[in-house]
Amino acid sequence: MGFLAAIPWDQVVIQTVNGIVTGMILALIASGLTLIFGIMDVVNFAHGELFMLGAYMGVVVFATSGNFWLALVLAVMMVAILGAAIQITTLRPLVGRDPLTTILATFGLSLILQNYALWQFGPVPRKIGEPISGHFNLFYLEYPYYRILIAVLSAGIIGAFWLFLKYGKYGIWIRATTQDRVMAQAMGIPVPLVHTAAFAIGAGMAAASGVLFGPLVGVNHVMGLDWVLKAFIVVVVGGMGNLGGAIGAAIFISLLEAYASLVVSPAQAVIVSFVVLIFTLLFRPTGLFVPTPK
Amino acid sequence: MTDKRHSILFWSGFAIVMALLFVSPYVLPPFWQRFLTEVLIWGLLAMSSDLLIGYTGMVSFGHSAFFGLGMYGAAAALLMFTPSLVLALAFGLIGAAVVSAFVAYFSTRLRDIYFAITTLIFSQIFYVIIFTWTDVTGGENGLNFPRPRLGIPGIWSEPFTATTLHWFVLVVVAGSYLILRRITQSPFGMVLQSIRENEPRTRAIGYPVERYKIMAVMLSGLFAGLAGVLYALQNRFAAPDFVFFLISGEAVIFNVMGGIGTLVGPILGAGTFLLLRELLGRIFGENFPYLIPLGFIFIAIIIFMPQGLLGFARRWLNR
Repeated sequence: MGFLAAIPWDQVVIQTVNGIVTGMILALIASGLTLIFGIMDVVNFAHGELFMLGAYMGVVVFATSGNFWLALVLAVMMVAILGAAIQITTLRPLVGRDPLTTILATFGLSLILQNYALWQFGPVPRKIGEPISGHFNLFYLEYPYYRILIAVLSAGIIGAFWLFLKYGKYGIWIRATTQDRVMAQAMGIPVPLVHTAAFAIGAGMAAASGVLFGPLVGVNHVMGLDWVLKAFIVVVVGGMGNLGGAIGAAIFISLLEAYASLVVSPAQAVIVSFVVLIFTLLFRPTGLFVPTPK
Repeated sequence: MTDKRHSILFWSGFAIVMALLFVSPYVLPPFWQRFLTEVLIWGLLAMSSDLLIGYTGMVSFGHSAFFGLGMYGAAAALLMFTPSLVLALAFGLIGAAVVSAFVAYFSTRLRDIYFAITTLIFSQIFYVIIFTWTDVTGGENGLNFPRPRLGIPGIWSEPFTATTLHWFVLVVVAGSYLILRRITQSPFGMVLQSIRENEPRTRAIGYPVERYKIMAVMLSGLFAGLAGVLYALQNRFAAPDFVFFLISGEAVIFNVMGGIGTLVGPILGAGTFLLLRELLGRIFGENFPYLIPLGFIFIAIIIFMPQGLLGFARRWLNR
């Protein structure tokens, strides 16, 4: 039993908490991505940039008003409107074409948005202030309450989104369109409008996670790149278009990365999630968190 | 009869373009000469990914890994031994071949967007390894190395000048074009195109589709690695930025701009993209975010001109 004693349990507990916090942010990004993929077969390469723009909107509103909650709400609304505009101008003309063209188009969008942010805000990272500042003691660390608040808020947003999909009239429209686009159209659901709305909701969720994540690190123009890659991994590991799977995979992968960073440097811990993705694709291409198809 | 006329026209067109590119170092000022060499190198990278995008129907977002490993392979050869062109080429190609065999084996089991995402993730794995393995790869700062001499070992050698480097690149790129064109017209290339058109049917006829796809990715990776070696020779450094997936994205942009499935289209696409970038930089100043207008142009091409600039000549070029 010697090896059990060798494990630094305090660090493991800290990394578990860290993993769950980043996992919830990741789940918030990935659920928007998987919603967009599920409903219109669009792999949104620009999702990380929507996350980054949300964070920047948060910076701007926070700098003028000083109110974090106002920043959160306004950033979500502005990025959602931007998302709707993007969907109408760029993705609507591509409906019915090869899904690969949408990857290319959203890749172009991500270049535009990223360079716009660099041009507008410059290369120096910006900060958003934390809305609550207390700490509690976790072994040798003073763990900020704000991190716990992030996890709770993300869970709240995802929960509200799930309830909306389950019981809301428009949520049911979204699910119907995801299941069968043509049939939904035949039943009188305005499918193009539902597509636009779904993209706007996904963009808004990305923006919300951007604002929530902003206080933890500096907001800069390339912050979206890391997250969009992780979100891709999560969406594929969770099963494309599967919301519950994406949330499970987000927490699973974040925990794995957090534990891996006990052994190697955080930059190398990313490789763990890449390896999870490769094994998933090889052995369970439909996703880890979906029941085996019969 | 038309076949004969087509081939006369094709080869005379090829000869004219080659002659123009050959004399260009005498006509162009040094900056544009260097620019043209660079366009040819990026064109080779884009052309290699056209074998996948245009002929096999697989969009790869992982070509930066092959390009970068070609670059670092050449760097290893030039730093470890006395600089030699042959060794640089050999090491670069071996590096790219090993990586592309690895990537091909895993990623070809997947189709469409899953292939695109897997290749992207693989290239990021190599990026992270190169970025964090500072002792060997120089990490963020990359590696600097001397340029080898141009020549054939034991027979003749002379130092590279800008002009001879341009000719060397031109010969390699033109040779690669002819080889790739031959490959796409061979029975092997026909199978690749039939995979693009209808994969289940190709499988049903009895072709081992997976093996063909692995071969296609490996060939494509080899030529991308060759482009990486040329880039390393021209710039005398290797940096992790060239392994980052944005480079793969640029290769895809060159393809879409120039016209997929034409082989020369991607070179034209690379030329157009880099020329627009240079012109925008000159008109609006160095700090102008040139990728914003280029991104808009790219999206407009996807929506309104999915065939690309040379798409109209696609059938003619492939005959």
